[in-house]
Amino acid sequence: MTQHSKAAKKFLENQDYAKWHDNTFWAVRSKRDTMAMGLDEWEQLREKASAIKQHTITHLDEYLEQFSNNAEKNGAMVHWAKDAQEFNEIVYSILKEYGVKKMVKSKSMLTEECEMNPYLEAHGIEVVETDLGERIIQLKGQKPSHIVMPAIHLNHDDVGELFEEKGISDEKGNHDPTYLTYKARLSLRNEFLTADAGMTGANFGIAETGDIVVCTNEGNADMSTSCPKLHIAAIGLEKVIPNYDCLAVFQRMLCRAGTGQPTTTYTSHFRKARPTASQMHIVLVDNGRSEWIGNPEHWESLKCIRCGSCMNTCPVYRRSGGYSYSYFIPGPIGINLGMLRNPNKHSGNVSACTLCLSCQSLCPVKIDLGDQIYKWRQQLDEFGTANKEKELMCKGMSFVYGHESIYNAVTNMAHMANWLPPFIMNSSLNPWATGHEMMKFPKKPFHTLFKEIDKK
Amino acid sequence: MATYKLLKHLGLDVEYPENQTCCGQPMANAGFEQQAKPLSRKFESLFKGFDYVVAPSVSCTAFVRLNYPRLLNHDCETADKCMDVVEFLHDVVKPNAKLGTFPHKVSLHNSCHGVRELGLSSPSEQHIAKYNKIKDLLRLVEGIEVVEPERPDECCGFGGMFSVEEKDVSAQMGRDKVERHIQTGAEYITGPDCSCLMHMAGVAKKQGLQIKFKHVVEILAEGL
Repeated sequence: MTQHSKAAKKFLENQDYAKWHDNTFWAVRSKRDTMAMGLDEWEQLREKASAIKQHTITHLDEYLEQFSNNAEKNGAMVHWAKDAQEFNEIVYSILKEYGVKKMVKSKSMLTEECEMNPYLEAHGIEVVETDLGERIIQLKGQKPSHIVMPAIHLNHDDVGELFEEKGISDEKGNHDPTYLTYKARLSLRNEFLTADAGMTGANFGIAETGDIVVCTNEGNADMSTSCPKLHIAAIGLEKVIPNYDCLAVFQRMLCRAGTGQPTTTYTSHFRKARPTASQMHIVLVDNGRSEWIGNPEHWESLKCIRCGSCMNTCPVYRRSGGYSYSYFIPGPIGINLGMLRNPNKHSGNVSACTLCLSCQSLCPVKIDLGDQIYKWRQQLDEFGTANKEKELMCKGMSFVYGHESIYNAVTNMAHMANWLPPFIMNSSLNPWATGHEMMKFPKKPFHTLFKEIDKK
Repeated sequence: MATYKLLKHLGLDVEYPENQTCCGQPMANAGFEQQAKPLSRKFESLFKGFDYVVAPSVSCTAFVRLNYPRLLNHDCETADKCMDVVEFLHDVVKPNAKLGTFPHKVSLHNSCHGVRELGLSSPSEQHIAKYNKIKDLLRLVEGIEVVEPERPDECCGFGGMFSVEEKDVSAQMGRDKVERHIQTGAEYITGPDCSCLMHMAGVAKKQGLQIKFKHVVEILAEGL
């Protein structure tokens, strides 16, 4: 069994929770459908968004140069990090330079990818997540189970108990979401006011203007940059797009696709430090991306705008949860990005897909997510991570199907399996029997029947 | 048998090349496309002489249509000729007289590869005009009432090797799917793909559920 299938089995043991999880994400998918069906030009937008990403990614060198020139002209300091290690070192050196003890942070999956928080904490810097979901899992010592709704696996009782334990809420047993949110706000307000630096991620970088664009529902990116004197923005290379016209396309899709809202509550543009602050730094992170662009079969994963809609629609994700995947990004896009990152480590995820293709039928930037998973499966042999039993089975099938005399003999005899005692057919030797009753094989296969009618 | 009966009823010249076996999809989807190659060559040589290659299985058809050109280095005639029986009837034969008689309530299973690879119906994810070729054909059946479950094109969880490698998720998806079909109050589940039907039937039987299964073509040919 793969790591994913073991974790999924465990996940499904609590049926009430599993049903709740499936229904919760299906509800997000349904909200997304309502939004998508509400825009007559939705499919044209997808087409456009995909074309913009393809164009930008295949001309990334030019747009990156334009972006960094314009950002510097605006007065921001631009840094380039070739990998996670260098990114963490750059961030730490900036923080050290300004004598930062505490940094507040709005949501960034890139910092998760680079494992920045543990690195900074090991260097004596306190990092406080300010996105409510991220804050909850930070307090809980967990990792995100979804890229847009990182704490969705927890319910309000889990959060209520956590807040009591951490001294954030004081009314014991009050797990009312409004109350808990209010308490989280109070606690975060204090963090904003006492932090020395604020970090944001970036949903988009605009080459023509040098803007960093951040979309949030809680305004926490604005708070993180309005209180502390120092702003650091972390952005993956592939997040740069040409101009505002392009931004308008993505801005209409990102939130509709991701959470089923017409837009995020806040769409914030950052160009330079505010007058009373000291500096704005932008760190552009490669960490494998420039290499993946050159991968003819899998470069499309770089088009991703991290809306998370492929997870919400994925029937396997909904029934196995974010933690069942070995890569920190779960679901269809996570399967693909994990394979680009490290195929030896993440090959187990590629079988967690029925190839139903719902993900690529819905992806707002039209990434061929399912087709790529199919292609990764073909490559497992070359990585040495293919399942040997499965390979043997496939060779066996190919042999039988390749020799019609054997095939006919097998199908003629198949009905004999009907007479095997159920304790053999339903034993653990037959994985099909876990969820299924065995099928009855017909007494005469179609080949024989056809010959009979043909003679008539 | 039903496909043969139905196509004959519609006056078509039907042949069944006796040496056929499998198109190779199970191996390829499992990650062993190389094992599918000899089968694609066999399929190509057996079927390339016909005007149409008609199969009562959407996923096999989709595999041939979408992957054979690559597997056969684009020296391939069958990819374009291969049609699922539903799309063949709907798009080519276009029957307009009544077909079979089936006075039952039937819940329609829209198989993933039928929806998203062959375009038998509009995918629920996309903002395009709604259509469903299977429903159109079933309108030609006397006495039938066709319904669709909630989440009408969510996967049933078969997925070939997936059902063995990820057996717990697969069975859960199957149970959820069958449950939604049953909630429609239908007596039968029908669909254009035997493997989805076989999977759901196995799940239903294990759960002791009474719902019955019939391939779309069996219903179209019922009583002819």
